[in-house]
Amino acid sequence: MQARATAPPRPHATVGARWETFQRRYAPYIFISPFFILFAVFGLFPILFSLYLSFHQWQPAAGLGSMKYIGWRNFTDNLTDPTFWQSLRNTGIIALESGVPQHLIAIPLAFAIHTSLKKVQGLVTALYFLPYITSVVAVAVIFVTLFSWHYGVLNVLLVALHGLPLIGGLFPAENVNWLGNRDFLQPAVASVVVWRYVGWNTVLYLSGIQAIPGDLYEAASVDGATTFKQFRYITLPLLRPIMFVAITLTLIGNLQLFEEPYIIAGDSGGVGNVALTTVMYMYRTYNFYGDAGLASAMSWLLFLVIGALTVVNNRVFGKSRLSGSD
Amino acid sequence: MAVSYSAQPKRPRVGIGRPLSRGAAILLLILGALLTVLPFYFMFVFATHSRSEIFNLPPPAWFGDHTALNYDSLLGRTPFWRNLWNSLYLAVLSTVTTLFFCSLAGYSFAMYTFKYREGLFAVVVATLLIPQALNIVPFALIMQAFGWIDSPRALWVPSMAGAFGIFLMRQYIGSAIPRELVEAARIDGCTEFGIYRRIIVPLCGPALATLGLVTFIASWNNFLGPLIIFRSAATFTAPLALRTLQGLVNTDWGALMLGVVLTVVPLLVVFVFASRQLIAGLTAGATKG
Repeated sequence: MQARATAPPRPHATVGARWETFQRRYAPYIFISPFFILFAVFGLFPILFSLYLSFHQWQPAAGLGSMKYIGWRNFTDNLTDPTFWQSLRNTGIIALESGVPQHLIAIPLAFAIHTSLKKVQGLVTALYFLPYITSVVAVAVIFVTLFSWHYGVLNVLLVALHGLPLIGGLFPAENVNWLGNRDFLQPAVASVVVWRYVGWNTVLYLSGIQAIPGDLYEAASVDGATTFKQFRYITLPLLRPIMFVAITLTLIGNLQLFEEPYIIAGDSGGVGNVALTTVMYMYRTYNFYGDAGLASAMSWLLFLVIGALTVVNNRVFGKSRLSGSD
Repeated sequence: MAVSYSAQPKRPRVGIGRPLSRGAAILLLILGALLTVLPFYFMFVFATHSRSEIFNLPPPAWFGDHTALNYDSLLGRTPFWRNLWNSLYLAVLSTVTTLFFCSLAGYSFAMYTFKYREGLFAVVVATLLIPQALNIVPFALIMQAFGWIDSPRALWVPSMAGAFGIFLMRQYIGSAIPRELVEAARIDGCTEFGIYRRIIVPLCGPALATLGLVTFIASWNNFLGPLIIFRSAATFTAPLALRTLQGLVNTDWGALMLGVVLTVVPLLVVFVFASRQLIAGLTAGATKG
């Protein structure tokens, strides 16, 4: 061994040493490279390609050769298409109808869980979280049967509640055609979204509430503040950062709503197209009309809407407002 | 719901206000829990009834005896076990690859100091902000060009080093694993990948479990991705098969509901055992971000 060690191991040693320095030096880059490679291929390139496409007329079925530069025409075509505007309006209405209640329910709910149910907190939270981990398709199918006009559980329940004294007037006297009437389809879709996301928001808010120091409440109750006042003047203002995050997530998610309306109302968007969201319309433009350029332009228009509303949201909820000093 | 709670009158003394507001809060929570659980209850009930029993007055409120027939009808309409298997296959592959690549990258961002680290990590986080809607059309086109239509790899390959996972793993590794341990292993002659494999992975258990659950559930429930990629009943995932059943003329709602149960129950079981970890993981991006 000693004899052999002089001649042959030499190149071996340098290769080893070189490998040693190489792997020490480049390991961090190699470890993060999968993300950047995959992002380049499946994230960055597609987005640039889609931007490029939005200035071209192209039916993918006809091959790459049929691509033709047409300037801004895809954008102007979309902006003069009444169905595109209707889809934006639908998206906005459903986003509001599903977004606002989510938070109005989730914040008091989180506060209630925090103040009154210390022992079973985990269990209750998990229960409320269930809808979020359930497949949207499954949820939508269940609700389609519950919403059924003549035989749905919801209508049976509502009409029965109408018979109650005092509060009976709040409920409809006869069955509501939830899915077949253009006035009720949007609220129906929105309520499924609310049902699915209230628990998620509750958990977010609960984590925010738990981070608020308990002695603040103690000091307040010593000073004679009611639970409601504590909620109003301690919890709400201190919850602002998490409120901002939650509202931002709801905003971005709701403006890209696709699965719930697609399954509940069908790919046409239901009666009078009132459940046709912009992402649904874009998917239809690509998938059924085969117009990749027009669909890409539509996705960029939606992107601009999302961007603009995110900026507005930043201004309104991001910094100074909602601080509880009015 | 909110009204019943906030309509609490002014109370000068805490001693009286407490039980009242407590009662209102518990009432609110029970009502909310009922609204959350009832749809699941009817899902199970309807799965045991025939189509004509489901659409009857009053609708069934207790279990029926039509389950076996629903099962036969379901399998007559779609190869549902095959669909469930496709979902499982996709979810497992997604999870395993995500765990590997995200923990590797998270380790790198957490434990090394290298040039452009902060900038590169900012890029990772920034990709989370790109709206998914932008990627739908080009995603479909690229998969067509790759010839990956009808193939599960169209869904698990692009997502296997996701930004959310990298973020989650970096946070965990950076806060839970002491640097001295890594240094000691390096001095002992461990290669960099060896450190990852022998030191980091064994100490990452909780974070890996969380990320694994989140990834598995996201993949299992994914609808839009499979809708774009899968074109034939044999390659459909379970949610896609359900959607097709619902779209048929003369939908057999009993069979469909049984399919829904079979799709939902596996996740319910997982959730029963791991809800705490799962909730923490799913909300981590929002609360720590």
